[in-house]
Parts: sequence; C-alpha cells; structure tokens
Amino acid sequence: MNHNETLERPESFRSWFLDKLLMGMSWPEYVRSLITPFNILAAVILSIGIPIIALRFMHGLVEVTHASNDYPWGLFLGWGLFGGVPLSATGFVMATAYYIFGFKDYKPLVRLGVLTGFMGYLFAVVYLLIDLGRPWRIYYPMFVGFGTASVLFLVAWHVATYLTVQFLEFSPAILEWLRSRRVRRWATMITIAMTIAGIILSTLHQSALGALFLLAPGKLHPLWYSTYIPHFFLASSIYAALVMVIAVSALCARFLRHSADGYFLDNLDRLTIGLGKGAAIGMFVYFALKLVGVAHDDNWALLNTGYGKWFLVEILGFVLLPALIITWGVKLGNATVVRIGAFYSILGILVNRLNVSIIAFNWKLPEHLHHIIPPWKEVMVVLTITVIHILIFRWIVSRMPVIRQEPEFEQETH
Amino acid sequence: MSKEKKEKDLILKEPFSRRDFLKTLSVATGSIILGTSSAASGYKEIRGYRNSYGMLVDLTLCVGCRSCERACNKVNNLPEPDLPFDDATVFEELRRPTAKAYTVVNRYDIEGYSGGPVYRKIQCNHCNEPACFSACPIHAYTKTPEGAVLYNVDRCFGCRYCMIACPFYIPAYDYESAFEPRIMKCIFCYPRIKNNKIPACAEACPTGTLTFGRREDLIRLARKRKKILRNPSRYIDHIYGEHEVGGTSWLYISGVPFEDVGFPTDLPEVPLITRVKGFLSSACGIHCLACALRDGLCSSKTQV
Repeated sequence: MNHNETLERPESFRSWFLDKLLMGMSWPEYVRSLITPFNILAAVILSIGIPIIALRFMHGLVEVTHASNDYPWGLFLGWGLFGGVPLSATGFVMATAYYIFGFKDYKPLVRLGVLTGFMGYLFAVVYLLIDLGRPWRIYYPMFVGFGTASVLFLVAWHVATYLTVQFLEFSPAILEWLRSRRVRRWATMITIAMTIAGIILSTLHQSALGALFLLAPGKLHPLWYSTYIPHFFLASSIYAALVMVIAVSALCARFLRHSADGYFLDNLDRLTIGLGKGAAIGMFVYFALKLVGVAHDDNWALLNTGYGKWFLVEILGFVLLPALIITWGVKLGNATVVRIGAFYSILGILVNRLNVSIIAFNWKLPEHLHHIIPPWKEVMVVLTITVIHILIFRWIVSRMPVIRQEPEFEQETH
Repeated sequence: MSKEKKEKDLILKEPFSRRDFLKTLSVATGSIILGTSSAASGYKEIRGYRNSYGMLVDLTLCVGCRSCERACNKVNNLPEPDLPFDDATVFEELRRPTAKAYTVVNRYDIEGYSGGPVYRKIQCNHCNEPACFSACPIHAYTKTPEGAVLYNVDRCFGCRYCMIACPFYIPAYDYESAFEPRIMKCIFCYPRIKNNKIPACAEACPTGTLTFGRREDLIRLARKRKKILRNPSRYIDHIYGEHEVGGTSWLYISGVPFEDVGFPTDLPEVPLITRVKGFLSSACGIHCLACALRDGLCSSKTQV
C-alpha cells in the first residue's frame, strides 16, 4: 500500500506537469515547439534588455533614462502607465457590458478583456517599479503616510485595489485550468461584486490619471491642459478598451488559433463589428468633447501655432480619422476594416497620452523637443518589458480557458 | 428533465445571489473606497501661517557675487561644486537648483536696461500652499508655521510628482543614487531659524539684496516704506510672490519685468491645489453615483 503511493505520486505529478505547463508535450517536443522566429527575436531583446534593467537598479536611473530635474517623468510612465492604463480598461468595460448591461452576446470576449486588463495593470505597476526611486517603498501610500490631498494617492490606492479585483475576476479561468471546482464556485460568486467595484475604481482612476496634470497649469500646453482633462481621460479610456479588445482578439485569432475554440472564432467577426460600433460612437463623443475643451478655454487662436497644428493632427488624424474608418467598416459589415481602424485608434490613444505626459509637458523650456528624445537604453527597457508582457500573456492564453470554454465547466458559467 | 430543473434553479437563484452579494461584499468594498476619497475631499486648507517668515529679494541690488551660494553650500554640507564659487564663467549659461546646490544665481543681460546685467537668485520659494505638498501621496512635505517647506526623506518613494507639480522647477532629484535617491531643495535654513539665526544666504549677502523678516512686514517694506512707491523709476510695480500661486514666503522686487529674468508669469493667483479640488470632491460624487446606479440596475434585474 505504502509502496504503491510513493510510486504513484511522482508519476501523477509528472503527468500534471506535462499536461498543465508543457501543454501535453514532452520536454524535447516542448523545447522544439519554442523555436519560432518570434521567440528568437524575443530572446535577443531580453538578452540585451534584462542586463540594462539590472544596470538601472545597480547604478540608479541616470544609467538608463534621460530623466533630469526638469523632466522627472519619461517614457516608463508615459508609455507604461499613461499609455498602458487606458488600454487596460478592457476588463472593466467588457465585464460591465456583459454582467451589468446584459450584453450576453459578448461572452466569448469577456475573459479575454479581463485578462488584457489585468495584465495591463500588472505591467503598469512593473513600469512604475522600475521608475520609482525607491521601489521597495511602493506600499508607503497605503501604510506610512496618507497624502489625502494628492491625486496620486487616489491613483495608488485605486490601482492597487483594482489589480486585486481584476485578479479575482480572472481567477475562475485559473481555477478551471487547475480543475479546482469548489474554489472556482466561490470565485464566480463574487464576480458581480467585483465588476461593480471595477466600475467605481476604473471610472475614477482613469480620470485621475488626467487629473494628475491639473496641478501643473504653467507646464502643460494650454491646448492639452483643460479643466476637462479628467473627462477626456475617462471618455477616451472607454473607447480605448473597445478597440483594444478588437485588436487583442484579432491577434489571438491569428497567432494563438490553437488555443481558441469554435465559439470564439465563429463569433469573432460579428462581435468585432458590434464592438466597432460602440467604439466609433465613443470616439465621436470624445472628439466633440475635445472641441468643447478648446472652446471652453477659448484657445482657438492657439491652433495656428506649431503645437496647435500638432493638436489638430492628434484630434483629426488620430481620433476622427480612425473613427471614420471604423464607422465605414461597420457600415460595410467588414470586420477587417474595423480591425484596421482599431489598431489605428490604439496608436491614437498612445499619441494622446504621450502628448500630455511628455510632448506638450514643459513645452516652454528651451530646446524642449530635443530633451524629450529618449536614449536607446530607455527604449530598450520599454521594449523588454513589452516583450515579457506579451510572453506571459501568451503563456496564459495557451494554457487557460480564455478564448475557449472548458467543456467540463461550460454549463456553470453565467 | 433533471438538467432542465437545474437550469431553472439557476435562473431563479441568480438574482438572489447577486442581490445578496451586493448587500454585503460590494457595499463593504464600496464603503472602503468611499472612505478613502471622502477623506481626500476633506482636505484642510493652509492659507499660509500668520507671522510666518519670508525673504525679500531686491533684484536691483544683486551684483552676482555668489556669496549666498557659497554660504548655502557650507551650512547645508553640500558637495563641492564643479567650478569654484568665484568663477564667473558659470554665468554663461542659465542654471537651476540641483541635487548638489539648493540655490544658484543666474545672470540676465537685458537690452535697454540701465542698471547693468540683472542677477537672480533661485531657490525654493516656500509657497504658502505648496504644490509639492499637495502632490505628495505619502505626505513627505510639511509647511512649518515659520514658513519653511520641508521634505522628509523617510516618507519618499521617489515618484517625483512633486517635481512635476512645482511651478518654479525647484525640487531636484539625486538620479545618480541607486539605493538612496532623494529630493534635494532649499530648507529655508529651518534649523537656523529655530535657533534665532537668519538663513545663511541672507547673512552672507554683502549688498543687502536679501532681507529676512516677517512676510507681512516685508510686503509693507517693499511697497510702502521705502522701495516701490518712493522709487517708481527704479522698480516695476509688482511684488513677485505676494499673490502668485496663493503667495510665497520668498518675495521679489525688480527693475525689469519678471518674465525677462525667467520668472513664470502665467501662474494663477490661487494655490494650485484649487485646480484639483473640484476633481477630488467629484471623486466622492462618482462613488455615490456608482452606488446609486448599482442599486438601480440590480433592483431592475431582480424584477425581471
């Protein structure tokens, strides 16, 4: 009896390991499956980038960034936090649409949205940890000092709480993967509560990221500095979420097709067009809001300056034009056109957030545009973190039921 | 048959379980979050302290000797500068306070100004309601009743939002340190003031450019008793720092427009925190609205 048990255990662990982590392949098969052009490129980037990240922690920020006394924030926050967080509104938008507003059609995309959101927030925190002077003190706003007048205090609390909320929202997928039926039942019971917590937290900190800049009226260019900036950030994050789901689902259907089921693939075009419709409406509303912002501060005259032209490029070329492309795709019923518009819109979100946090910030300083060009090491760190982000995302989607349903649990999901 | 029944059970049960959880879990989480942000909107105003100290800087008197820089460096045990304090080549470019220097003096050659080149000393202005203080999520900054704005390194995690917020570009960061990076900025010689001494820069100034005293007295001194009103040809009619961003402890009078010597002149006359107050209090409102929406949606769901 005893003898049998000791023999069986390693065997079952081995099969568990092969099944869960190597996706049913043996070690040699698994290693061979990893040799793909993308993985080789990723390995090259990581082998350069990870030592650079190590340098940052050994010799300080000066080693890798152009951060200076006049330019305290650079690409890490401009890309990772200000760019990453609106594109991670996917979890809150999809869960709200599905659980609260009852858009049950979108079920195949809900988990993907939640995972994209969770990973986005997680990596926003990773970028923050690299950028903070003393990252080991990251918990200080929670336990050491309470800067209750600070918008950043609100952001810190909300991001920390919301990260937990999103983890709980995604946990049923992990538990299905682990076949942990009982814990999964508990996890699904709190889904609604978590979704509602997500709405409260998301609406607030999306706008709070914009509100951070309210404290710097003399530094941010008046075309971007507006009392409406919290509303701009919130409104754009909602359409950002929709176009992000379109883009991520398209990438998954193309590159992670083996992990998807028919339920996901067969519905994708129809759902893409549906999401596109929502995104286009959101973008027209946002575009109108931006014009109201210019009118409110009577900044029309500034449009004829260099920065004004760049502002017009942003709102015409990166908001209105992609919105028209998506609208056109919806009218044609052509999901490919909608997808092109969606990728374009994502670029537009990044342009806007980089404008606010980097390009139009400190616009009055001499040789400003020269100062904001990041050194190659800083770009390399961003690229490295992005690659790690993609690798972990792919790891999860290939193993857990994200774009496919787990047959055993199918009936239990609501 | 049994499967059908099971589904029916599920449909019947679902709204109830939802409602239960709304009543318990989400209300609990909601109230925690609500608590946080209502604390945020209940921000206490600091309208500057009465009887706080200030410094009046008369730009027309400064000759650019940099004695103040030298004294500041010594009193605060700052590192040796790259160039000695009597090297005039530093004036060839405009400098700013750094992690190694709390204060620097810059030279401006103003065309058509008879008073010669204008020298301007830069350091923390010690705002009445400092933006750095409002920005800090960990409360690392304090405004003392004496007027000094102080930074506590033990509470700083290095987000550098104070540097983003400061309208005068004052806080500097020690980017070269990997393990103990910190903000560096003028402390208005707080330990000296506490010991009834005047700040080192003012003590070292040989020309009378710097006058230390009660802020209110300094404003009176600048405007009425001898300066601006008695010499309208010597001074422009403005005390910089009297109202800018709600007032600063350091005050400046000048013979040339302030924008010509690098002062930001597009700042509001209210403290910068007032720009954020609306958002902070609406944060509370959004929480309430969300709660209302949630109740509304959930009750309608239950009825269906």
